[in-house]
Amino acid sequence: MQRYSVMSLARNALSHHEGWQQAWRSPDPKPEYDAIIVGGGGHGLATAYYLAKEHGITNVAVVEAGWIGGGNTGRNTTVVRSNYLFPESAAFYDFSLKLFENMSRDLNFNIMLRQAGMLMLMHSRHDAEVMRRNINAMHMNGVDAEWIDTDEIIGMAPGINCNPDARHPIVGGILQKRGGVARHDGVAWAYARAADALGVDIIQQCAVTGFDIKDGRVQGVQTSRGNIKAKKVAIAVAGHSSVLADMAGFRLPVTSMALQACVTEPLKPVFDVVIMSAATGVYISQSDKGEMVIGGGLDLYPSYAQRGNIGTLEQIVAGILDLFPGLSRVKLMRQWAGIVDIVHDSTPILGHTPVDGIYINCGFGTGGFKATSGGGWTLAYTVANDRPHKMNEAFTLKRFETGAFIDEMGAAGISH
Amino acid sequence: MKITCPWCGERGEEEFIHGGPSNVERPADEKNSDDEISDAQWAEYLFMRENIKGVSCERWGHIHGCGQWFNMVRDSVSHQIHFIYKMGEQPPEGWEDVNE
Ligand SMILES: Cc1cc2nc3c(=O)[nH]c(=O)nc-3n(C[C@H](O)[C@H](O)[C@H](O)COP(=O)(O)OP(=O)(O)OC[C@H]3O[C@@H](n4cnc5c(N)ncnc54)[C@H](O)[C@@H]3O)c2cc1C
Ligand SMILES: [Zn+2]
Repeated sequence: MQRYSVMSLARNALSHHEGWQQAWRSPDPKPEYDAIIVGGGGHGLATAYYLAKEHGITNVAVVEAGWIGGGNTGRNTTVVRSNYLFPESAAFYDFSLKLFENMSRDLNFNIMLRQAGMLMLMHSRHDAEVMRRNINAMHMNGVDAEWIDTDEIIGMAPGINCNPDARHPIVGGILQKRGGVARHDGVAWAYARAADALGVDIIQQCAVTGFDIKDGRVQGVQTSRGNIKAKKVAIAVAGHSSVLADMAGFRLPVTSMALQACVTEPLKPVFDVVIMSAATGVYISQSDKGEMVIGGGLDLYPSYAQRGNIGTLEQIVAGILDLFPGLSRVKLMRQWAGIVDIVHDSTPILGHTPVDGIYINCGFGTGGFKATSGGGWTLAYTVANDRPHKMNEAFTLKRFETGAFIDEMGAAGISH
Repeated sequence: MKITCPWCGERGEEEFIHGGPSNVERPADEKNSDDEISDAQWAEYLFMRENIKGVSCERWGHIHGCGQWFNMVRDSVSHQIHFIYKMGEQPPEGWEDVNE
């Protein structure tokens, strides 16, 4: 792998930037691999990287139907944080955040992590009470979180509507200073490049169309570019998890829904923190290019259309204008949606499936970008050892049978 | 999306709620009491979904209208609504092949 550095930048400038190597190869699929990863989003690519790096399993293919990062990885609003409520989630998401904190160095790729903080607004005394309790829970779990009053909020986010007569008055907020944003494509590219350097084949434009299963054990996958053998297959296809599960003959507690986001025309720097309002269901950050990046809640009904409907977009925009009335004259530049994999307790499913040798990573729904690192790391561990790591053992498909849910949505009331 | 409620006629989608697939049957019946159903069977019934990409039968409720429930054959990719039929009725024959 050609290392990126200030020196290499200078050297390549001298040769008019014509000497850069391609970041990863585009090989034809081999007849057989030790492990196949279905889905070249961040989670799939990270799984391949950690399989090679942590477990020495390098004869691995990532099979991607479209282009890497073209799913939710390239469509999300890039918020990273770890302020979850339950110990299982807090441990997992904080581990993920720590991997993010070291990712640019580990992968030799600038993922543009900006830890300017993640601020969650409280709009009533009741919100505030619940959140004070949550702050304590987060501290108990070793995650940073602090109470912020309205004066501090005004200082952090000029233009925010802290008028007590506002429709949703702001009474305070909780801040995770280590939260922030990172470049989503960068994360996919960084993992792809580092995995490729360790010998992983990244095969794009290759859709998995079926599985070869004998006596309850996987033998390989069928793809649009022929059959590929493997004794271990890991699925990381987010909104398409049920489609792949159906091919393998099992069902999942997943519903696919559209989640949308939009960006405004670029503005001069206004604030660097991510601001989220659970009551209005919207959140906003400013990208390095100056665009206001805006997101909200799910569309109203299940969908596999990567579009998003107008009614929900209107609600999102209305919620943002409630918080930042000054943005009312700013133009929206782009709007898009991704298909996210919703489960009942807003906790991922990460581990074994009913088919021997098939593992799955899904259920991250509206908030799995921040877990790209930890999701890949734990899935790689599970594939390599055929058993979950302590960090993902509670995230099993079995919990729907045993009732051992980790209800992050009910508890923390937050998504993304 | 515009939805035609069998009772009220065509209305905007915001008036409706999606109520999951139409064909999920409760495992307990006159023959099997609740206690005879295993945890795995309950999990199948309560949580496992086909989550179909394409055409399927769904329940919808006109919650911000007449409050009635009905069935819909809808494509989850194009969002096209092929048929609407009342609770207790069967979908029109050949509904699975509407895209062919
Ligand atoms: C609008 C929006 C905003 C979001 N905001 C945030 C946020 O701020 N913070 C956060 O943490 N999370 C956020 N998320 C969630 C986050 O994007 C996802 O949880 C995460 O990116 C999922 O990554 P993934 O690698 O599992 O899936 P994806 O990136 O979707 O990758 C799955 C890949 O599988 C491929 N695939 C599908 N079927 C097949 C097949 N048959 N064969 C081969 N390949 C196949 C797809 O082409 C796709 O590339 C957001 C999501 C959306 C849509
Ligand atoms: Zn009606």
